[in-house]
Amino acid sequence: MYKYYKKYVPYLFLLPAAVILVLFFFIPFFETILLSFYDYNTNIYHPSFVSLANYTALLKSPVFYKVLWNTFLYLIVAVPFLVVFPLIIAIMINQKIRGVTLYKILIYLPVIVSIVVAAIAFKWLYAQQGILNYVMGVFHIPPVGWLTDPNVALYSVILVTVWKGIGYYMMIYLSALMGVPKDLYEACDVDGANPVTKHLTVTLPHLMPTVGLVTMISSISAMKVFVEIYVMTKGGPLDASKTIVYYIYERAFENLDLGIASAASVLLLIIVLVLSVLNFTLFENKQYQL
Amino acid sequence: MKNLKTNKTKFTRGFLVHVTLITVSLLSIFPFIWLLSTALKGSEENIFQYPPVFFPQSPTWDNFKGVWHQIPFMLYFLNSMIVAGGTVILNLILSALAAYPLARMEFKGKKTIFYATLATIMIPFQAIMLPVYLIVLKLHMVDSVNSVMGYLGLILPFAVNAFGIFLMRQAFLAIPKEMEEAAFVDGCSVFQIWWKVLLPMVKPTLAVLAIFTFIGSWGEFLWPSIVLTKKALYTLPVGVNDLQGMFSANWRYIAAGSIIATIPILVFFIAMQRYFISGENDGAVKG
Repeated sequence: MYKYYKKYVPYLFLLPAAVILVLFFFIPFFETILLSFYDYNTNIYHPSFVSLANYTALLKSPVFYKVLWNTFLYLIVAVPFLVVFPLIIAIMINQKIRGVTLYKILIYLPVIVSIVVAAIAFKWLYAQQGILNYVMGVFHIPPVGWLTDPNVALYSVILVTVWKGIGYYMMIYLSALMGVPKDLYEACDVDGANPVTKHLTVTLPHLMPTVGLVTMISSISAMKVFVEIYVMTKGGPLDASKTIVYYIYERAFENLDLGIASAASVLLLIIVLVLSVLNFTLFENKQYQL
Repeated sequence: MKNLKTNKTKFTRGFLVHVTLITVSLLSIFPFIWLLSTALKGSEENIFQYPPVFFPQSPTWDNFKGVWHQIPFMLYFLNSMIVAGGTVILNLILSALAAYPLARMEFKGKKTIFYATLATIMIPFQAIMLPVYLIVLKLHMVDSVNSVMGYLGLILPFAVNAFGIFLMRQAFLAIPKEMEEAAFVDGCSVFQIWWKVLLPMVKPTLAVLAIFTFIGSWGEFLWPSIVLTKKALYTLPVGVNDLQGMFSANWRYIAAGSIIATIPILVFFIAMQRYFISGENDGAVKG
């Protein structure tokens, strides 16, 4: 095609976005790595280069292990629910039944509402004398300290993440379901297959890439969870619900321990990077090709 | 006979599907409904009563009025509007500008720029927020300087992202090249081609980008809670979180305040619902 633009024109169009991305993505990215080699704890105005000391300090810290373990639990508990539930709901909604729009609106509602409000709403359900403990009492189960029992708090917070994510992933599945060829279902109907076999043999194989995509996206967002914890438990009790982003936040902005916070950030960077590269090479490769 | 049987199983299946979907729908909204129920209960009603009372015995607006007088919701709402509005406008312009050469032009370093942009998707904000904060401080974009700088500090770090750029790029790629050539022959400048020919053709994608950027910016909590020091610039989520500290044990007020703060986004959602639930916004998926 004839080049109708001057040589410098593409760069002009790219410039504004480039300034933002460099200033708020690339420089901070490298600065995070750089800061992780400095000690800010002794004197915040005169940080000293300590090479890998922040990393070894992290690896010696029992709290950090606890944080990593919690983050890992968050991932392996939340992700399966976020992959399976929305899929089942999407398949149910994706048929000619009454009230589809209303169902979609109601199930999507938690996605739209501020996570702060959602966390407050759950805090109220979780109250010691709250409605959830009442329902437990009906079944003769003693009251649970949803947010105060160190064995339970993390799972109570995970429930909020799952509850808030279902509608979001349901919509991703629904748009993928529109791409499943209808004639395959008709063939099934002719064969007299029941709905479960139909979905196992036709729907699921077609949706596998989407299942993979949802697995990756929900894993990455589970790594980044923060607000639920901040609003409901502040990481407590006894660090029971503290995950990596909350730990970074606390180190950086409450303890002003910039070096340790940055070392933890580098770890988060590496984990998310691995997950993202997997995601791109396996599932999202169409949209992001030159 | 056979027909009758299949009809019966079909009916049972349909029934089960509806029961499940109704249950899921109710569970989705129940936390809000319970919040609303609490907010409508007057001070003479015990909100910790066992068994819990679902319908308030004498529903009252007192809690809404009370919390409205103590919390400047209109101010928080305006702040949220300014921040979300500014973020949306900048995202639309910067994404569409950057996407054009990436979709349509050949130039030196295109590959590098393309993959560098892609790489930013893999950098979670949470991992770099500390240096972002230090940079924003250095640029004096904090509310302790003045409101305008405060707003800038809230908006600029989110003024553009790779998702938006790639979304717009996909939209430009779908436009036939003859459009630009024809416009060029007609004497349009490159900027005019972008503005007058290409942008009108990608309006639906711009709308999707605007709506999802708006929702994201409106709900953002982590960044504002880091940079904001003055209540005068609080956005709604920060203001709502503040309710907990202000009315520590007064759950009626906390509930009423949370409901008030949710109304604007609820109205927006209902008005724009087709964008969220049509299932056609594959490209708007974010990680």
